[in-house]
Parts: sequence; structure tokens; C-alpha cells
Amino acid sequence: MPSGETIMELRHVEKSYTRRRWPSAPETLRAVDGVSLSIRSGETLGVVGESGCGKSTIGQIASLLLQPTAGSLAFRGRPVSLDRRSARGPLRRQIQYVFQDPYASLNPRRTIGRLLEEPLAIQRIGSRAERKERVLRMLGRIGLDAAYARRYPHELSGGQRQRIGIARALMLSPDFLVLDEPVSALDVSVQAQILNLLKELQEELSLTYLFISHDLNVVHYMSDRVAVMYLGRIVELADVHDLYAAPLHPYSQALVASIPAEPGAAPKETEIIAGELEDARHLHAGCAFRARCPYAHERCGQPPEWTEVRPGHFAACHLWTADPRGARGG
Amino acid sequence: MTNTGKADAPVLDIRDVRLELATGSGRSLPVVDGVSLRVGKGEIVGIVGESGCGKSLLSLSVLGLLPPAIRFARGEILKRDGQALNRLGAAGLRRVRGKEIAMIFQDPMSALNPSLTVGRQVAEAIRLHEGCSRREAEARTVALFRKVGLPRPESLLREYPHRLSGGMRQRVMIAMAVSCRPELLIADEPTTALDVTIQAQILALMKKLREEDGTSVLLISHDLGLVSGICDRIMVMYAGKIVEEGPAADVLRRPAHPYTAGLLASIPLPSKKGSKLLPIEGSVPALHERGQGCAFASRCAHAMARCTREAPAFGYAGVSHAAACHLLEEEGEIVHAIR
Repeated sequence: MPSGETIMELRHVEKSYTRRRWPSAPETLRAVDGVSLSIRSGETLGVVGESGCGKSTIGQIASLLLQPTAGSLAFRGRPVSLDRRSARGPLRRQIQYVFQDPYASLNPRRTIGRLLEEPLAIQRIGSRAERKERVLRMLGRIGLDAAYARRYPHELSGGQRQRIGIARALMLSPDFLVLDEPVSALDVSVQAQILNLLKELQEELSLTYLFISHDLNVVHYMSDRVAVMYLGRIVELADVHDLYAAPLHPYSQALVASIPAEPGAAPKETEIIAGELEDARHLHAGCAFRARCPYAHERCGQPPEWTEVRPGHFAACHLWTADPRGARGG
Repeated sequence: MTNTGKADAPVLDIRDVRLELATGSGRSLPVVDGVSLRVGKGEIVGIVGESGCGKSLLSLSVLGLLPPAIRFARGEILKRDGQALNRLGAAGLRRVRGKEIAMIFQDPMSALNPSLTVGRQVAEAIRLHEGCSRREAEARTVALFRKVGLPRPESLLREYPHRLSGGMRQRVMIAMAVSCRPELLIADEPTTALDVTIQAQILALMKKLREEDGTSVLLISHDLGLVSGICDRIMVMYAGKIVEEGPAADVLRRPAHPYTAGLLASIPLPSKKGSKLLPIEGSVPALHERGQGCAFASRCAHAMARCTREAPAFGYAGVSHAAACHLLEEEGEIVHAIR
């Protein structure tokens, strides 16, 4: 169970990329635009959003793989100094990242055993024999036979490879794991195996997960709290039950409405949201969702304030800042 | 026997098709084996299965688009007038493609020519099949763009594919596919590369085409949830064979094959929050590991001795709901081989 203490905190984090192509004026793309997020120890915080919304960038920043352009990070209350490699090194043991594509993230010329041993070797943990012992123990833990240590990534199925990806992230016994679309490349029957494994590991090892996915059912199943992102900003954050049962932001409402009905149930008769994610280069002031929003209003030209609408349920939408009682769409 | 012009004739009738992969050692392994299915007029039929089950190859075989390594080994694929597509030859198939049967793919970027404007690509299909003037084709393209819900259709004609988003590209593909009012649209994972809100828009568009023009759809997908919302009938494929078929609601509410049941149990639906998922253990057997019996036997919780020995025949699990599983006989259900 989440203990409530904050393990990783992002404060006003921004990440922008500038493209200079002479003679046009430089174009700045804000992949992440002022995101603040506290991840509590022991919880799974889900991040959902469509492609290009910046959810993976958030994951890479939270796992110290990417430096934000502005803003700061704190791990267990201690500010993380991002510019020095030496300062990040020790944190690598505590913060790990699992990639979406387990094939692309495993060196095809190394055996599974070597791939799993590598993080220990880099951190100079244990003797060779001890490291080997730990590799074999880990293989057993993720449900693979010890013989797999001598195999190569191409000999494994997608599900087995993702097990290795997870095992590799766990070799240093981290506390905090960023999982970026960890099951998106897998078939449903295998996806369920991996989700079960992640749940078991979390319980056994008291892990904290930042779980990034575009699949709303998967995020619902895995998460304690969920953050919804749209064009680089978090538009809503709530307990998973509240978010799926009573989404506040019109974009979250559209997302939840687009989940297909449970197989065999009567098809949902829902309004389908029109339009598409806008180009992040042409962002204007105010609410980014305004062009697609059925409730858009003049005041949406002003940036909406981050408001705690109900206890623990936050949204950035003028519908809920002006007069919550008179607002529509709840 | 031909059934030319019969109103109730299926727009697509796949009969006992077997596709084989030629291996280096001269052996051929079946990738699709003994598959039969029909798509009626105005019907939306879904083929569901996991990667490697043969669903895409089956759909490619309809229009003669199989990769060179795959051989059409047995069976027949008939279109509505009774012509066998598999014996049509290159020129004949070209007349059918886009005109009577059209196809859209998962990745609209690689299906569009990056060096031609989208307007020109759609107009080309119309001119080739209908022989109309350039101007007329352009006017029809604008109308099509409007129909599939593309914004500012006139100026969009002159845009290149890379300028469009994934959802817009897929709409262009659909516009191109339905430009000659085909009887059947084959859609292979049409929304897999798209975001959820866009996915819902594309599915709504396919339903609209069915309602307005009576277009039949053969939808290939790995996503049971998606298929259940739009399809009239569902075929579940596993390791190259159809293991279950029936009306969508029946198959999903009362799955008769353990594989279908396993797939359903694997989906992390909201109602399963807090409880363990029930995955199908193991993985799909490789092509050369598929033996005599039921291909699912190695992963099946209900497997019996006979399952590894003999391949199960189809048995009825309900009205027009059938599954290929020995359990159906063991449980004393009404059984006949329906093929």
C-alpha cells in the first residue's frame, strides 16, 4: 500500500526543443510544459495521454535519462542535481527504466546472463561468482529457467524478452521504476502475464511505479492514481476510481468515453470527440484543449488554474475553477 | 455453380484455404490451414487473433498480395459473382482491387506515396477505374474527403502525406479505398497505429460507410474489445486455424473455445481491478512445432490425451456459433462437423 511519503517529485518541469532552420525563425517545441508531479512511495502512478503528449518525456526526466530545460527534481526529498554525471550515478541504483520495445533495448550480441550482469558490473557490485548467483536468482524470480542465461535475445519470444527487460531494471534492487509502455508491444495473453508479474514484484520488493501507457484499460488495472496529459501538460490527476468514474476535464471525459465497451456488453453510445491533437509547435496561450473542447468558452484563452475540485482530485479546466456547481459535463 | 447477381450471395466466400511457407530445406509449413469464412452484404466480420496466427496473410491472399515466400496451396476465394480470385491472374486482380474489393492497412504512411499529393493519389484510383476526366475525379475526391470527415477538403488535395497526422492519413486511405464504392473493404488493423480518440472516429466512419453504402467490412484485429463494438460476427484464429466463430455477442459472452475464453480473461478490464489476471500460460507454438492435434493443446488448461492426437472438428456451441474443440463433444453438446 502507498505509504504517502513522496519518493520522486517533479517541480515545474519543462522540456523544450528548438529547431533552427535558416532562414526561418527558430521554432520551439514544448514537449513538456510546466509539469509538477509527486510520486508517492509504494504507489503506481499511471500517466495516460495520446502520442505526442509528452508522457514518455516525463518518464525519461523522472528516471534521469533526460535533462529538463527548466524546473527541478527531488528524490526522497533531496534535490537532484542534474548536470553532473557523478551525482546521478548513485541514483541509478534506485531509479530504473523499462523500455517499450524489449528487443531494441537488449544488445543482440550478448547472452541474457551477461545482459543481466551488466548493471552489477558497472556499479561494481559483488564478485563474479556473486553476480552470477544473483543473475540466476533473478531469472528464477521472473519465471525463466536458468538455462536462459546462455541464450541470446533473438531466441526469446516477445514476452520473455520483456521479462528480461524488467529483470535487468531490477538487478540493482531499485525503489522506483519508470515503465514506459511496458506491455504495448505484446499480445494480450502475454500482456496479462507481464502485468501479473509487475504486480507481484511490486508487492514483494515494495517498488514504486511510474506507469506510462496509452492503453486506458491497462492503466486502470495497474494504477493507484492517474495523471492525464494533453500537449505537454497534466490536465487532470486523481485516484484511479474517481478518474474513470467521474472524469472532470473534458479531455479525460473524451478519453474515458473512447474505451470500447467490455466485450459482449452492449456497445457504448457515446459522443466521439472530434478533431485531433494539435501540433505542439503552434501552441497558443490558454487551454491547449480548447480547439477540440465541446465546452470551449472565451475564458479558455486564459490558462486554466490547477484546482483541487474534490479532495485529491485535481483538474486544470475553467469549468471547475469558475463555479464548480454550475459547470457542465461532470 | 455460379451465383451471379444473387442478392444474398456473400460478397466474399473463402473456402478451405491453405497457405504455406516454403522453408529453405524444401519443406513447406502451413501458416493458414483449412480456413473458410463468408462475408455477407453489408456485414462487418472480424478476424481476431494474436500476432502470427495468420490473420493478415489470410486477408492479403484475398487480393493476391501474398509475399513471395507464401504459397496459395489449396482452397478457393470467391467474390460475389462466383469468380475465383485465386485464379484470376495479375490483370484480373488489378480490375478487382479498389473497384470491387478494397483494402486498408495498419500504417497509412507506408501505404501512401510520399512524393505525390494526397489529392492526386485518390483521384488516380478514380480515374483508373472509372475512366473519368481529371476535373471530375478531383471533384469526386473533394466529396470523398468530406464524406470521411477530413477538414478543408479543397486545400487538402494539394497536401503531401507527411503533412498530415496519422488519423488524417488513415482517412485519406479510407477515402481512396471507398472511392469506387467497393462491395467489400478489408481493413487490416486499421486503428492500431492511432490514438484512442482517433480510433473511435475511424470505427464510427466504417460503420457509417456500411449504413450509407452497404459496404461490407472484413476487419482484422488483435483487439477483442475493439472488434466487439463494431462487428456482427467474429472469427477467432489461432496458429493458422479458425478455432471459434459466431455472432459477436455470443462468442464474447459465451466463448466455447478455451483460447477465446483465455483471451477474454487476459484483458485487464475495469471490472478486474484488484484481482489477478488469468493469462494464457506459455506462447504460440512455432510453425514447425505444430503437430497433428489441436495447436492450442500445449497451453490449454482443459487439454486431454486426445487433444494432442487428433485435430478437433467444428461443433455447434449455439445458433450459428461454432468452435473447434473436443470439449464440445465431451460435454455432450450437439455436434456436427459444419464443414
